[in-house]
Amino acid sequence: MKMGALAAVAGLMGLAGAALADVKVGMVVTLSGPPAALGQQAVDGFQLALDDLGGTLGGQATEFIVEDDELKPEVALSKANGLIEAEEVDFVVGTIFSNMLQAIFRPITESETFLISPNAGPSTFAGNACSPFFFVTSYQNNQNAEAMGAYAQDAGFAKVFMIAPNYQAGRDNMEGFRMHYDGEIVGEVYVPLGHQDYSAEIARIATSDADAVFAFTPGGMGVRFVRQFRDAGLADRMQFMSVFTTDETTLPAQKEAAEGFLAAGNWAPDADGETSEAFVSAFETKYGYVPGGYAMQAYDAAMLINSAVNAVGGDLSDKDAVRAALRAADFQSLRGTFSFNANHYPVQSFYQLSVIEREDGNWATSKGTLIFENYEDSFAAECNM
Amino acid sequence: MSTLEAAPPVTRPVAPLVIAGAIFALLALTPLFSELYGGAYVTSLAVRAMILAIVAISLDLLMGHAGLVSFGHSAFVAIGAYVAGIMVTEGAQEMALILPTAILCAAGFAALSGAICLRTSGVSFIMITLAFGQMVFFGLGSLAQYGGDDGLTLWSSPEVFGTRWLTSKEGIYWVVLLTLITTWALTHRIVGSRFGRVLRAARQNPTRVASMGYSVFRYRLTAYIIAGVVSAIAGVLWATHAAFVSPSLGSWQRSGDLIVMVVLGGMATRNGALIGALFFILLEEVLSSITHDWRLIFGPLLVLIALHARGGLVGLLDRVRGAAA
Amino acid sequence: MSTTLILIQLLNGLQLGVILFLIAAGLTLVFGVMGFINLAHGVQYMLGAYLAVWLYGLTGSFLVALILALPLALALGLVLEFLVFRHLYDRDHLSQVLATFGVILFLNQLVKVLFGPASLIVPVPEFLDFSIPIVDGLRYPAYRLALIASGLLVALLLWLIIAKTRVGMLIRAGATNPDMVSALGVNVRQLFLVVFGFGAMLAGFAGVMAAPVFSVEPGMGDNLLIVAFVVIVIGGAGSIRGAFVAALLVGLVDTLGRMLVTDGLRLVMDPSSANQIGPAIASMLIYVLMALVLFWRPEGLFAPKAAR
Repeated sequence: MKMGALAAVAGLMGLAGAALADVKVGMVVTLSGPPAALGQQAVDGFQLALDDLGGTLGGQATEFIVEDDELKPEVALSKANGLIEAEEVDFVVGTIFSNMLQAIFRPITESETFLISPNAGPSTFAGNACSPFFFVTSYQNNQNAEAMGAYAQDAGFAKVFMIAPNYQAGRDNMEGFRMHYDGEIVGEVYVPLGHQDYSAEIARIATSDADAVFAFTPGGMGVRFVRQFRDAGLADRMQFMSVFTTDETTLPAQKEAAEGFLAAGNWAPDADGETSEAFVSAFETKYGYVPGGYAMQAYDAAMLINSAVNAVGGDLSDKDAVRAALRAADFQSLRGTFSFNANHYPVQSFYQLSVIEREDGNWATSKGTLIFENYEDSFAAECNM
Repeated sequence: MSTLEAAPPVTRPVAPLVIAGAIFALLALTPLFSELYGGAYVTSLAVRAMILAIVAISLDLLMGHAGLVSFGHSAFVAIGAYVAGIMVTEGAQEMALILPTAILCAAGFAALSGAICLRTSGVSFIMITLAFGQMVFFGLGSLAQYGGDDGLTLWSSPEVFGTRWLTSKEGIYWVVLLTLITTWALTHRIVGSRFGRVLRAARQNPTRVASMGYSVFRYRLTAYIIAGVVSAIAGVLWATHAAFVSPSLGSWQRSGDLIVMVVLGGMATRNGALIGALFFILLEEVLSSITHDWRLIFGPLLVLIALHARGGLVGLLDRVRGAAA
Repeated sequence: MSTTLILIQLLNGLQLGVILFLIAAGLTLVFGVMGFINLAHGVQYMLGAYLAVWLYGLTGSFLVALILALPLALALGLVLEFLVFRHLYDRDHLSQVLATFGVILFLNQLVKVLFGPASLIVPVPEFLDFSIPIVDGLRYPAYRLALIASGLLVALLLWLIIAKTRVGMLIRAGATNPDMVSALGVNVRQLFLVVFGFGAMLAGFAGVMAAPVFSVEPGMGDNLLIVAFVVIVIGGAGSIRGAFVAALLVGLVDTLGRMLVTDGLRLVMDPSSANQIGPAIASMLIYVLMALVLFWRPEGLFAPKAAR
């Protein structure tokens, strides 16, 4: 309340100069270590939205502060405290990883600052630990895997081999895949996070009689796994399906090794619709690489904030009004239809994606058939707020 | 006995006290300053720095005085933090229960691993402590019911005899500061005692100390347990402060950071570990607010300090003072 | 558990083993001969990999990149030696730790600034870009076999140098009794420089060879450095033979352990708990191995006779 009041007072007294922005947004994402590419997409996506809006959100001068959580919980916590206490931001946008979100969730929501996640969407905060101050513009973490499982069921793959790193998100994604898949799971392997050499797992896959593989091997793990899978000649024998494994952050390194591999997601850079096409071409011109879902969801987060600030006429002191405005999700999402469920997680459609080489020689995912329309996550019922 | 008594005093008595007093006074005034700028950001940064300082001081007892470079010290922090996290999750929020449990767990682990580690010395000791640290790290990461690698959010906060004062921002700040001062004072009581002199003498010449009838092993094991318990207490405080624990608290990188803090500040000096930890966090914070690529500055700075400041920051301070006098 | 799987795991274990050996060889000499703890040794592996990425981008040929990368890795090692390390030989181990830790932070960040944070990749050289069928439907990439072979070849060469040449004799003598070597009028500084440069080049070689198999990313050497330290401690500091045996041992224990532990646990508990605990125990195995070796033989398996 304090900072909202301060901002209002400053506005009334006409103090808001160039240095004193009317809207302050802090972003906490991972910009160090191998997964830094994901965080960079989020920063660039948000920045592009700000540029499109002339540096304003809801017509108010906006200051955008970017912090690197270094993928260390205590650093994330310290940075988040800095944003809410020293910078007194109105919105925190973050994080990429669920464990970073866990580290900053309590202090931010308890300070009654709005927290908007452009990627991480853990089940805890969708269910019983949901918060009136928390919104997600991406998905509930399991949803992509759920969609992939539904696709595998429809496509008639009778036997699937599953592989994931041995941590919470890995197990969640395996559970998610099982949700709509009734076929036989012929193998389920967990590797350590950051695993380098997949030949043992590949040998297992080869000796199983699976029709398809379902993988959740994010970032550098995916780069290695996909290439080793292709090198072992398995790509010709079975279908490769994955989530967070062949996306625009890993494809520059995977290239033809990932050709024809399938994924499930809420958007792809070749999605139709004018806003999406304009976004992709502007993004590529400005940053020189293909935007992935991380950039898209951050762009949408900026547009969401823009719509909310507009709706309350720049007065951020009334938290309930701001929340209602955010809830309305009155903006044109790059992915088409988008609305918030009761737990502030999105209700959106999921598609089958496949990896293609574009005409300009870049590799990207391409949107295929619709798997789920206006799909809700399965934890919303546990949320009381 | 006489040779032990004759061991040279670790530091000159008066000046280090003044410096420590100034640091503690500054830390005590930080909540006041934070009213002017930064609020809980500054205090929470200070809490983090102080908790690390507590751990660093306990590590210096091992590194500086006993000559035992532990590369698995952060495991004790993780043990303390996880005891708090798990007990709170299971509904045992009473600090009067949590703290003794954490102390017992840490002491037990220290006694067990120490009994094995202390059979070795030098680089072997560094590596075998690393081995135990890694075992704790991987072990905590496999606790799926407590969040696995993602870590564990403490949805409610520890209580002190049913009250909540510890979880207020002021409460935790003063408790951590008080723990830091106590650790600092206690460590120097230990270091100055006969126990400390035996440890130091054994660092230089274990055979001789053994021939004088002291069990070097027992003295070292006791020091190892003390350091582990102090770090576990720091871990409980961290869990209370951050309301979040994760296995990364016990990773080898954290243990390495701790060693760097102690060496940076100056080993076996009254204030080295304290100054090293505070300086490390402060510098990291200042540099990373200037640029995301702050390690390009921080790295070379560490190299320069290693090359040119023998005895770490405290040694540097002494020389500056010496030159001025 | 099929024999094929075990065979493949053996090959994988060997592969990890030779990479570890290439890194550990330099590390153990630098530590054994010079008594110098060089945490930045893993960074030299990373620099090798990035040199491969950069030179491949310039030349388009993996072989040319490899040939050019080796002298460059050597040169980078010598630059580091000249700027930082040579001032640390007389200092205590912990000053060395502090300084080389600073070097790690700097170089990890530098490659991130120069090459970006994302994982990069070097394609497998064309003449090795095929795979050899091991059993029906399962192929093992030829490049990996070449990697194992080249690692073993380097090990043999190293052994010849150490056992048969004058420099090798001095290195051996230096590892057992450095004071004696300098008393005999050998320029120890020059010997150090040779050992150091050579170690940096070996780590760089490992990095280049690993680049087509593993992804190249900032900080990729940090974890391997820790495992390389495990290797030299098990093998005995200063012993090339020890490093070789220990590297293969660690490589095999780690890879086979990952397969066997989880499967073994499945026999005695339900699969989901086995999936839960198995990988954690498998990750601990090499550390347990090291703790056991240190417990029974604190000097390592093949430590040179005299005290360090």
